[in-house]
Amino acid sequence: MQGMDRRDFSKSLTMAGIASAIGAPVVFAGTIPKNYVPLALQDPDPFSLFAKDREMTVLNDRPWNIEAKAHLLNDAVTPNRYMFIRNNGILPKQIDADNWTLTIDGEAVERKKVYSLAELKTKFPQHTYQLTLECGGNGRSEFDPPAKGNQWTVGAVSCANWTGIRLRDLLQDVGIKPEAVYIGYHAADTHLSGDPKKEPISRGVPISKAMQEETLLAFQMNGKDIPLAHGYPLRLVCGGWPASASGKWIQRISIRNQVHDGAKMGGASYRVPCESVAPGSEVTDQNMCIIESMPVKSLITFPKSGALLKKGKSLVINGHAWAGELEVSQVHYSIDFGSTWHGCTLEKPVNRLAWQHFRAQVSFPKKGYYEIWAKATDSAGKSQPMVLPGWNPKGYLNNACHRIALKVV
Amino acid sequence: MQENFRKQITSLGRLLMVFGLLLVTVFMGIFYLKNNPDALKSSEVYEVLPADESEMVLLDAQTIAQSGFINDEGVSGVIQNCTQCHSAKLVTQNRMSKEGWEATITWMQETQNLWDLGANHGKIVAYLAKNYGPERKGRRQNLTNEDWYELE
Repeated sequence: MQGMDRRDFSKSLTMAGIASAIGAPVVFAGTIPKNYVPLALQDPDPFSLFAKDREMTVLNDRPWNIEAKAHLLNDAVTPNRYMFIRNNGILPKQIDADNWTLTIDGEAVERKKVYSLAELKTKFPQHTYQLTLECGGNGRSEFDPPAKGNQWTVGAVSCANWTGIRLRDLLQDVGIKPEAVYIGYHAADTHLSGDPKKEPISRGVPISKAMQEETLLAFQMNGKDIPLAHGYPLRLVCGGWPASASGKWIQRISIRNQVHDGAKMGGASYRVPCESVAPGSEVTDQNMCIIESMPVKSLITFPKSGALLKKGKSLVINGHAWAGELEVSQVHYSIDFGSTWHGCTLEKPVNRLAWQHFRAQVSFPKKGYYEIWAKATDSAGKSQPMVLPGWNPKGYLNNACHRIALKVV
Repeated sequence: MQENFRKQITSLGRLLMVFGLLLVTVFMGIFYLKNNPDALKSSEVYEVLPADESEMVLLDAQTIAQSGFINDEGVSGVIQNCTQCHSAKLVTQNRMSKEGWEATITWMQETQNLWDLGANHGKIVAYLAKNYGPERKGRRQNLTNEDWYELE
């Protein structure tokens, strides 16, 4: 797919040709956007296309949205094959990294400047951080009333190593005016409707987040070129915030004198009610606030849910915990539906904004059905709720305790 | 030897001539297509239904089964309007009330270039609300779908 130019491809195909390839007439052929390749002609195997494990769950194939399962995320550093894919639009085609440029513009830039990718790589010092990226909508599938969008369960989170330059080094090189409050990214992906004037997503972060030392313009993931689906050749990485702030395929960054107003910055997108509301409430745009740091959360990544354990055997469970901008201070587990909680061993993060690993030895008093629940607490004393947290129109920020089922036989 | 060479030259010349003629034809074809971009479109396949057409083309059972949508009244209109830009999965994984689907369609029309659904509008909303309506989940559901396995 990386080599196939969609534009040339659709130019070379007549509607009759498409119809014969699909084996059915294309109804509404006249309303099909130009350059649109019908679904039936797209690569049907996302696992080989994106080098993902076949246990990953495809939630959507246009646009591509794929999530992991808890037990697939057992690695300390998430490899590509278990990393979730979230797209708002269509992946860019035919990326020419040799001629890739990044433009810095906006109301609050001293003067507009264009950098080549090679310049970015050689002119600034490079840094590597392990950074937690979680989709703002991870856990959406549990909300009631249901929330619109991809129905993520628990697997829209990853923590890979990202290598690149600090955004702040770049911004200092360009020069930004004192009125700068926000940065907004612009990227090479295209809108689902095929409309070239529409951006699928153009989000950003406040200057304070942009200036953090861990906020990177990355060219490598886990020591290799970033895979296409994750932003090759240049990705903004803002660990601990909704992963949509970490724009992929970055071509332009605007330094704004106001909160960035690109696609998916307003309305209900990546925003929650400023004051909590009853489930199902209508919330006006003025009463919605942009999500910044993600909340404290944890996942039990071993064992896989559904284990049958011989009576008398003890079990070592392990997993990861993260807390957005904060550090996780404790993780507890319960085997009695939250009646009693026991501490887990918890490691420090390898760097700020990386997830932390926990483990605990668990023994079971008698035969029967058990659920193991995990509950993390952040450095500000906030813990994960056992039931769903506050309802919001788009179903963001579900950090309810992760649970796995187990039988002692 | 020389005779042989002459023959080869002659046949090469003919080949070049044929190639040249072919090239001219191709160029003429391209020129024609450039000025008549619709020339290659087959009218039988390329028929565009007007938005206010009340009867949708009814799709056959196999096409419906392959689409991933539940086969119920209105499904043909849903497939033909709702899978042009995104896949069926974006629809079928969601659960919304009539008002919710209505609002989603309005949002797509206002911001995502969705066209006017015309007389099919009501049928599409009714199909979606009936087949993909909300289910009560409460504040936390039971854990399900466990493939029980022995842990060594």
